[in-house]
Amino acid sequence: MAAGRTAIEAKRVTKVFQGAGQDAVKALDDVSVSILENEFFTLLGPSGCGKTTLLRLIAGFDFPTDGEIMLYGEDIAPLPPFKRPVNTVFQSYALFPHMTVGQNISFGLEMLGKPRAEIDARVAEMLQLVRMEELKNRKTSQISGGQQQRVALARALAPQPKVLLLDEPLSALDYKLRKDMQIELKRLQHETGITFVFVTHDQEEALTMSDRIAVMSKGKILQIGSPRDIYDRPAERFVANFIGETNFLEGEVTGTKAGSATVKLDTGAAIQAGLPEGAVPKGHVSVVVRPEHASLTAAGGKADLAGTLDNIVYFGTDTHYHVKLDGGGSFIIRRQNSHRAGESHAIGDHVGIGLEDGAAQVLRD
Amino acid sequence: MSRASDVAETAHRRDIRNRWLLSAPALVIIFFAAIGPLFVVLLYSFMVKGDYGDVKYWQFSTEGWFGVLFQRDIFDDTVTLADANIQIFLRSVRLSLMTTLATLVFGFPTAYFIATRPQRTREIWLFLITIPFWTNLLIRTYAIMEVIRNEGVVNSILLKTGIIQEPVQILFTDFSIMLGMVYVYLPLMVLPLYASMEKLDFRLVEAGYDLYATRFQVLRRIIIPLVKPGIIAGSILVFIPALGAYVTPRVLGGGKNLMLGNFIELQFGQGRNWPLGSALSITLMLIVMAALLVYVRSTSSSGASHG
Repeated sequence: MAAGRTAIEAKRVTKVFQGAGQDAVKALDDVSVSILENEFFTLLGPSGCGKTTLLRLIAGFDFPTDGEIMLYGEDIAPLPPFKRPVNTVFQSYALFPHMTVGQNISFGLEMLGKPRAEIDARVAEMLQLVRMEELKNRKTSQISGGQQQRVALARALAPQPKVLLLDEPLSALDYKLRKDMQIELKRLQHETGITFVFVTHDQEEALTMSDRIAVMSKGKILQIGSPRDIYDRPAERFVANFIGETNFLEGEVTGTKAGSATVKLDTGAAIQAGLPEGAVPKGHVSVVVRPEHASLTAAGGKADLAGTLDNIVYFGTDTHYHVKLDGGGSFIIRRQNSHRAGESHAIGDHVGIGLEDGAAQVLRD
Repeated sequence: MSRASDVAETAHRRDIRNRWLLSAPALVIIFFAAIGPLFVVLLYSFMVKGDYGDVKYWQFSTEGWFGVLFQRDIFDDTVTLADANIQIFLRSVRLSLMTTLATLVFGFPTAYFIATRPQRTREIWLFLITIPFWTNLLIRTYAIMEVIRNEGVVNSILLKTGIIQEPVQILFTDFSIMLGMVYVYLPLMVLPLYASMEKLDFRLVEAGYDLYATRFQVLRRIIIPLVKPGIIAGSILVFIPALGAYVTPRVLGGGKNLMLGNFIELQFGQGRNWPLGSALSITLMLIVMAALLVYVRSTSSSGASHG
């Protein structure tokens, strides 16, 4: 990802849906975000968090109650969808049932008034891009779900939009097909060089595909960062909980220096923990540690935490150790399995837990 | 093995017999109330007309059918085309087509409006559409007459406001017939249109806008092709009764602007020419059947595309 120009910028966008009577719903609450050119940007969050609303505002199906939406520096918020150089891949695909695959793909180009020869060439190119050449004259009802997905992609990419919006496009596919399409989407984004804005509630999908992720909840963006940032250094409890498994520890901040803090945990040990951007926490804080960033140490050795092994769960690729901490609370450690090392711990053992340097992260709230 | 197939065969035969027995009452009614009289009409069309109406039984002639399109001069028996009859046929078809078109033009936005309302208010709108059905057709037609006659509501207002000095003749014109038929048949267009628009996936409309189609292009390229079955059904439902309309042209067209329905009635009444009336009825039926054939062919070809 090159640190290029800003493709889309939402400035303090608020969207209120006026329901019947008094129950107005604030779907977006003062949201600001910049999406860069050629970026695979993901809006991640549970259903009802406002991610689809933000996408629909960018597409032009809804208009913001307040705020601006800029496309390459131009305010597009008041424009109707057919005047925006932005295309959408719908969750339901929304393929036109009365047209063939080829007619679906050429629709946008025809509406733009392109000459016939150019349309035909472009349709052929798109069919090749999504590997559907032989299905050009099929009706959309005669092809499989995965194929419909490809047609929807080709249809949205054909007019060469400046930004492609994808609204949970993989949610209707089965697991295997979804995996294939994730790779396919990444390839398409790479080949076309178009900015992708991808909406999903699937954290794994977000982590594997995105250049950057914005985690949303209740109409607000909680954190924006690379998948690694979001996973390793969650800034808020919601983010830590929503993405992956996490251990929460409680403690007091005893000192801070650039970007990190010394935290005296309630269990007694003092550890170094990273600080979220722009936050200067004092007093009581929560600290998160990912299960694979900690390891079991031999009893009696140097350890950050200590406890009793409560359960061992074997997952094939890795093993989870559930530890009941001495000072109260529980902790999960994930260890990669190896055929050389056998199981050296047993339930009931008293064990020490070592944290990797920089593994702990202080939460903002 | 042969026994098993015997049992299956018997069961199958019993099944068929039961089906016939169950549908027998309906078949009897259809035969005696619909198909039977049709044969009587067909038979009458080939008989000699009686002197005071009726027909001379079992005296056959094609004079009735001859009269559908031709006329014979009273004095020298020269045969010419019956211009008046052809005029009436053409006027009926033209008025019916225009009525169908007008109901489509007014009914389409109405149906679209209702289909895009929230579920609860939709039912209220549909209910309002069906209200005219509660009143007798004749009374509704006279109500329109009251509105458009020379001393009626429209002319009074126009005269009072000084827009016109003389009352405008609206009643007893082709326009007044059309106005009446559009009013009467509009719900028959709106209801099937609504039925197919309700099934329309409005995400397809959004997809159209997203792909740079303007409102008009979305209407032409996406909405109309998808609600085509409703358009065709509505057109058939309006065109067929409009072609045979009797009450509306009789009341609003006065005596002079005849449509097929009135012309047929005339043969059985003052005209005392039952064979001609019968032949005209059969002709009307053939026109309707031709229209239906067009309908069936166009839906079967579009049906394949809608899966």
